Amino acid sequence: MIVTPVWYMMLAAALFVIGASGLLLRRNALIMFMSIELMLNAVNLTFVAAARQLGDINGQVSVFFVMVVAAAEVVVGLAIMVAVFRRRASASIDELAELRG
Amino acid sequence: MTELILFVLFGVGALAGAIMMVASRNPVYSALGLIGTMFSIAVLYVVNGAHFVAAVQIVVYAGAVMTLFLFVIMLIGVDQPEDTTEQLPIQRPAALALGAILLIGFVVVIAAGTLAGSDDGTVVGTVEAIADELFTNWLLPFEVTTLLLVIASVGAIVLAQFKLRDRK
Repeated sequence: MIVTPVWYMMLAAALFVIGASGLLLRRNALIMFMSIELMLNAVNLTFVAAARQLGDINGQVSVFFVMVVAAAEVVVGLAIMVAVFRRRASASIDELAELRG
Repeated sequence: MTELILFVLFGVGALAGAIMMVASRNPVYSALGLIGTMFSIAVLYVVNGAHFVAAVQIVVYAGAVMTLFLFVIMLIGVDQPEDTTEQLPIQRPAALALGAILLIGFVVVIAAGTLAGSDDGTVVGTVEAIADELFTNWLLPFEVTTLLLVIASVGAIVLAQFKLRDRK
């Protein structure tokens, strides 16, 4: 059996769905954040598979940019999380309800 | 044949790591599951000819980002259990149903679509090939990412100092 790029896209779709479900199911802010990272990784795998299918290196360059943005996002997101934790001493997002009207 | 073996082995590894991340009660196990997923995806990158991207995946994602995650998990504390009481009773079944619908949608779209191109194995993402593209056609976006990284690190420092100034 020949493995085509479509197989990798199917795998990436499954990983993306697991990440999206994790984001909806878990209450721990850190694990929700990790789920977002998983979704970004799934999209990167799709980019690489598409680059192979189309014979175009630009797909791999796009992965590079996604990684840079994800790294910046992690730095700021985790800093916010630590700042919130100092005030609330909890990583559960259900307790962050001060904006409720 | 080699590719089939690698795809099955590391595809299953990636899925297992992802499920471990979502299902695990302990955040440290979640982080380890995600590290496993990222290593598996790096192997799949190599199989697809994306050598540079695979190296960056291991150094940046599995190395730097996940180390940062583990640091924050240790800082925030792993001993307090997550409260499983839902504010919205319908959320858990609704999330699972929406996930299933999303997966079915993806599979239908990918299976029904036809891809352009021929998959002739000409794309090899060596450092030279990526740099060639990055420093000619993508030069301005590349420079903007450096700005983004500076803003992110300054933002992290400001956020870390904010409370200390507040307390005085």
